[in-house]
Amino acid sequence: MHELYMELFNKLGIPEIFGEITWPIIPFVCVAALLIIVVLFLVLMERKVLAWLTIRKGPNRVGPFGFFQTIADAIKLLIKEDIMSKDTNKILFTLAPMIVFAPIMVIYGLMPFTEKFVAINLAAGLFLVFALSSLTTVGIVLAGWASNNKYSLLGGMRSAAQAISYEIPLIISVLSIAVISETLNLSDIVDAQSGGISYNILLNWNIFSWNIWPAFIGFIVFFICSIAEVNRIPFDLPEAESELVSGYNTEYSGMKFALFFLAEYSALFIISVLMVTLFMGGYLSPFNGYLSNILFQNIIHNQIILNIFVHFEQAFWLLAKTYFVILIIMWIRATLPRLRADQLMTFSWKFLLPLSLLNLTIVAIVKYLLNTGNI
Amino acid sequence: MYISGYGILIAFIMFSFAFAAAALILSFIVQPKAPGKLKENTYECGMKPFGDSRIQFDIKYYLYALLFLIFDIEAVFLFPWAVSYNKLGLFALVEALIFIGILILGLVYAWKKDALKWQ
Repeated sequence: MHELYMELFNKLGIPEIFGEITWPIIPFVCVAALLIIVVLFLVLMERKVLAWLTIRKGPNRVGPFGFFQTIADAIKLLIKEDIMSKDTNKILFTLAPMIVFAPIMVIYGLMPFTEKFVAINLAAGLFLVFALSSLTTVGIVLAGWASNNKYSLLGGMRSAAQAISYEIPLIISVLSIAVISETLNLSDIVDAQSGGISYNILLNWNIFSWNIWPAFIGFIVFFICSIAEVNRIPFDLPEAESELVSGYNTEYSGMKFALFFLAEYSALFIISVLMVTLFMGGYLSPFNGYLSNILFQNIIHNQIILNIFVHFEQAFWLLAKTYFVILIIMWIRATLPRLRADQLMTFSWKFLLPLSLLNLTIVAIVKYLLNTGNI
Repeated sequence: MYISGYGILIAFIMFSFAFAAAALILSFIVQPKAPGKLKENTYECGMKPFGDSRIQFDIKYYLYALLFLIFDIEAVFLFPWAVSYNKLGLFALVEALIFIGILILGLVYAWKKDALKWQ
């Protein structure tokens, strides 16, 4: 991609330096387009899935199967009047949705969607993901405080308490992944999960070397904590509609509300991608090697075209696994009631935290025994 | 490639904020503006809002914040150990386990002192 872009500048006769400076715009535009398409689809999917689970029809008026419903909603939110109550802190009130949304967009750049589609490939990728995702909490607290509304303040404070309580089990369960694959680079973590456990047929499938098997307790903890981190039922206390009137976004309307909404759904998608990347082999196929290599190698002899097929297949596997995880999260939303505030905190500190520490200890000891050949 | 790695990260952070700001500015241009006295009131389920909502907040939130700091720093300390696990060997493994053990003791202490109880 970079070479193609530079070639374009050479052909137009513009000095190369401009090309080098403007280069980061290209990956950003790709990531932004991905984010918007994903969110537009995800909102529709959530409404459809919830409707089917409760035997309703869901949106079905705008376009075929209500396909353009979210676009219509987005346009509506864009041209809505933005009401700001007179007691709010105007600057912080405007800044808060941006602080909530922007870090999540950066996390999209850090994720390996396929082997090649990684906008920012850094050695400390995993670390940065958590650093950026905790920035979102700051925005939510800011929104609650700036609104000068009792519901918003309660929602913001609850959100902060919840986010910090569930972040610790989350990070400690991820530590076990760092122990297993010995790197924080997300692409390398995915690569470390390929190859299977043996050279025998069937046992060399990638599915057997996913991190979910050695760190199964960690996966359970990560799954629960990630639902809590994106504030979804049964952990949606910060925006409990029935008691806090949507919590921190009570006072928000128009585009500012849309940014919160966008952040919520893009966070749901990206945390599922993270879960798949860390525990379920990311963009790797569950089999030994890629299907397109096996199916087309006798038909297509051009390696470049075959590589393009593999590229799309990687994206397909990642999206298939991610949407499977998202489907389960939506299913949980339709099934479970909301927790109480005290249950929420107790569950994290007295159950998930010891469990994640246990997982880390087990993984570390078992890895040592495997290295020395005692098992 | 002049801009790579952390340079792209910084560019991404700036672009993301610009993206959010652009969305707000675009909506500011196209939206109708019809301010009204009642519209600008704080929403409180239709009642007249009373008092300021920026009050002193419950101490229990700060207690959790303190606990969070302790365990978060623990996690930060453990990351370098986890990344170079094979190079460090048995000695570091035992040390890390002792470190985790001390923190579990701290958790048990907080538990017994009822610091984890949401009142």
